[in-house]
Amino acid sequence: MSDLITTALVDLDLSAADKDAATRRLAELVHAEGRCTDLDVFLADVQAREQQMPTGLEGGIGIPHARSKSVTEPTVAFGRAPAGIDFGASDGPAHLIFLIAAPDGGGDAHLQVLAALARRLVHASFKEALMNANDASDVVDLFKREVVVK
Amino acid sequence: MKIVAVTSCPTGIAHTYMAAEALEEAGRAGGHEIDVETQGAAGAATLADEVIGAADVVILAADVEVRNRERFAGKPTVTVSVKRAINDAVGVVAEAVRLAAAGPSDRPEVIRTEPAAKLPAGAGTGTQVRGWLMTGVSYLIPFVAAGGILIALSFMIGGYEIVGVKADIPGFLDSFSVFSGHDWAGLMFILGDGIFGTFLLPVLAGFIAYAIADRPGLAPGFVAGWAAGVIGAGFLGAIVGGLTGGLIALAIARIKVPSAVRGVMPVVVIPLFASLINGFLMLVVVGKPIATVTDGLNNWLSSLAGGSLILLGIILGLMMAFDMGGPVNKVAYAFAVTGLAEAATSASSTQLQVMATVMAAGMVPPLALALATVVRPGLFSRAERENGKAAWLLGASFITEGAIPFAAGDPLRVIPSIMAGSALTGGLVMAFGNELRAPHGGVWVFGLVTDWPLYVVAVAAGTALAAALVILLKAGTRSKDEAVLEAQEDAQLFATA
Repeated sequence: MSDLITTALVDLDLSAADKDAATRRLAELVHAEGRCTDLDVFLADVQAREQQMPTGLEGGIGIPHARSKSVTEPTVAFGRAPAGIDFGASDGPAHLIFLIAAPDGGGDAHLQVLAALARRLVHASFKEALMNANDASDVVDLFKREVVVK
Repeated sequence: MKIVAVTSCPTGIAHTYMAAEALEEAGRAGGHEIDVETQGAAGAATLADEVIGAADVVILAADVEVRNRERFAGKPTVTVSVKRAINDAVGVVAEAVRLAAAGPSDRPEVIRTEPAAKLPAGAGTGTQVRGWLMTGVSYLIPFVAAGGILIALSFMIGGYEIVGVKADIPGFLDSFSVFSGHDWAGLMFILGDGIFGTFLLPVLAGFIAYAIADRPGLAPGFVAGWAAGVIGAGFLGAIVGGLTGGLIALAIARIKVPSAVRGVMPVVVIPLFASLINGFLMLVVVGKPIATVTDGLNNWLSSLAGGSLILLGIILGLMMAFDMGGPVNKVAYAFAVTGLAEAATSASSTQLQVMATVMAAGMVPPLALALATVVRPGLFSRAERENGKAAWLLGASFITEGAIPFAAGDPLRVIPSIMAGSALTGGLVMAFGNELRAPHGGVWVFGLVTDWPLYVVAVAAGTALAAALVILLKAGTRSKDEAVLEAQEDAQLFATA
């Protein structure tokens, strides 16, 4: 299984009018990296999840996500938005946006890595390190170090 | 303090685990022992019974229903949204500690069964009922698919006369040969027919009741489904019985009882009394009117047979699609098959036209819904889309039951649409004058239909009309709550698969 994230899946200067545009931008990275076969299907699945309840969380993070049959392997695309993008959290816009893409069906073993990622997201130190990352390879290294399946 | 928690969210890949981590951190920081069961997509480490038994307090952080919730019966319980657990885990843990310190729960909470956390706030009664129906349907689909495909395969391999093996199953099994294609087809038919006859209605009703009242609803629901079969009430009867079974179980669960009895309520008391009451309702109260209606329809059809054949075709079409295997459908089908027996000894072709009409009209509902799931997949839940794939084969094989999952999940939109489609097909077959001597078989007996190309046109026209109507009704009148509901149902279904 390849890595959860690559440097091509990182955008440290994400600017978008709204969360839909931000999500699309990140989804395009996933698509360009060949981990998603159909951009529109994937976006529709993410949209459906987002409509149930916005995925913005306190502390400036947004985690649009979906299990989709268009996704070929567990992947996260990461965007840092200095200006902030509203993801519906009660305490303000999101600066760290994680688009989590999970393949549909199949066993659960390959989703362990996404569970491990989700667990890291609640730690302030992880978020802080992402805020301070200098470039995409910093981010990828951080994920490699911190997101460990136990 | 010993804390156990369950986290669960619609998609099961993010919030479930974030909430688990946040609660674990907050619990440990507060000096508590905490174990969290993540009911997500990456597998759940199930809480051991000893751990639950030793726990002082339970935290349920969930946006979808917590599975096996009755394990926590009687424990002080804090129920919060999964988001709140992530955003304010420390506050949630503090609340749990306060609750535990206040002493054992004195609420009569055996199970908190309202799926309140499952639905968006303000969802109407209609949406709630649809949620219950969809849960029933999601458990029904595997049975429809397995049974229907087995029957279809048996026709493909053994021809429609394979149904004869049912007459003497022990004899058939005695002489079963693994090298005989016919015997395999017979076995498939017996299995498929057994699944349809034994399980469809009980599973549908049982799991509708389960959606309402959790496990205590299972017995009264299954009983109602079986009773619907006994009184010939079909899947609509099973839906009604499932709803009443669940609501009765829920009502009994709300009765305040002494704490000594509380423990046996979900396992013994509720299933016992709810089954008795619901069984009485189905067999005695509902049974009689159904029998009366069946007789009335029978007489009415016979009286129509002398009049306009096209009108008769339209009415047979409406009847075939109305309840798919229920009393109305059965009257129409029995009318055709009885006529077939008479036709064998007479020269009249009306009976053969009736048989052709009934088969064509019965093929339309599954085909139409299969078509609709392909044309507008977004209007259907994922479970329905999967069922749509099997529905092609079931419709082609004249297994009308293939449409039941769609109709049971959304009866008010689906049933009128397929009735219109089947009515068109029925009228056209009569107009074209097609005749059929086989009582079953779908496309596998099309060779026996006179003027079969026109027959195909009739089936296709009804299929197209019904699919178009389903799409129009769903697209035009589906509320956002319903879409959310379907997404959540899917998330749960496929996360646990």
